[in-house]
Amino acid sequence: MHELSITQSLVEAVLDRTGGRSVTGVNLRIGPLSGVLPDAMRFCFEVVSADTPLAGATLTIDESEGRARCRSCRDEFVLEDMFLLCPCGSADVEVVSGRELQVTSVEVA
Amino acid sequence: MCATCGCGDDAGTRVSDLDGTVHDILPAAAAPHEHPHPHPHEHPHDHGHPHDHEHDHGHPRPQSPGTADAGHSPAAEGRTLISLEENLLAKNDLLAARNRGWLEGRGIQAFNVMSSPGAGKTTLLVRTIRELAGELVIGVIEGDQETSLDADRIRSTGRPVIQINTGAGCHLDAGMLQRALGALDPVPGSTLFIENVGNLVCPALFDLGESARVVVISVTEGDDKPQKYPHMFLAADLVIINKADLLPYVEFDVERCVRQARLLNPGVDVLTLSATTGDGMDGWLEWIRKNPHPAAAAAGSAPRSGGLRV
Repeated sequence: MHELSITQSLVEAVLDRTGGRSVTGVNLRIGPLSGVLPDAMRFCFEVVSADTPLAGATLTIDESEGRARCRSCRDEFVLEDMFLLCPCGSADVEVVSGRELQVTSVEVA
Repeated sequence: MCATCGCGDDAGTRVSDLDGTVHDILPAAAAPHEHPHPHPHEHPHDHGHPHDHEHDHGHPRPQSPGTADAGHSPAAEGRTLISLEENLLAKNDLLAARNRGWLEGRGIQAFNVMSSPGAGKTTLLVRTIRELAGELVIGVIEGDQETSLDADRIRSTGRPVIQINTGAGCHLDAGMLQRALGALDPVPGSTLFIENVGNLVCPALFDLGESARVVVISVTEGDDKPQKYPHMFLAADLVIINKADLLPYVEFDVERCVRQARLLNPGVDVLTLSATTGDGMDGWLEWIRKNPHPAAAAAGSAPRSGGLRV
């Protein structure tokens, strides 16, 4: 359950920037290749944010798409799973997006 | 548990010293590392009037209410949207980079050995230490939730070992390794094996600052492990298929397993061996010898951005 320690990092990173201000919203971007489950983050966030200025904040997760570029056919395609395989059959692909694990912004009162 | 280094609550990390004595948490002075301090601030905070904090950390200034941030809806009336764009693993990656520099500066090659529980990591390390005795100076850092059983097995070989007990934690992180390195104080030019907590999921995300990542799977686990735990196999530099002596008794298709692992990670090295009988150990020992010490290859291995190297 690495999402728990990652959620603790999130809360610390936000508090570091917002001080004691009441946080009403937290916006994340989590890609399908990040190894982090958005649902698990939502679950952990409620627990970890309790009794902090983030308590009750709305957690919005932008579940970005995984995209890769094939070095063989030069096509760009959507990654459906962790297997980095181009529809043309080549495994020589470069991940363009999908590994994001970021807090993009926070909303404070 | 503190997400940065595992310290700070009842289920905190414990790091042993070389004779096996366990310490709850090393004093901060012995292992300096920064914590983002938990707020709240102690200053008065009257909400009855508008006020501005002098709050200049070098980050982008808060946008005025109603200003749209790229990709986000505008903040609601009376609220401020602060742009952060910060990687959630940034602190771990920073500590990992420090560890990597620390190890490279001393010419130490460090292998992060990961597997599910019971795949044979400790057996492999004990045999490796014995077979390379007199050739390489080896030290070990052991990670387990509880007990020093694995460290005791390593200590019986006569090599220095530090046990990290993660308590509730399911993986080692760079902060834990930093403290264990301080306790082990490995000899310059030596070889370090870091045996991660038995877990095929979480350790894949946490860069420790190692030179290479070794994933061990055993033939009793099934040949579909790469499909089921893709992050771990994506992170691997070498996959070892262990317990090959049991192949006649289990349904494990080595070729299928290798094919799946290479679909995920085309460049990954794969070795099949038995740490119990010693069959195939030569290939592993050769792989260790061929893996350059940092002094010989200043660049070292590329750090994983966001914990993953694809």
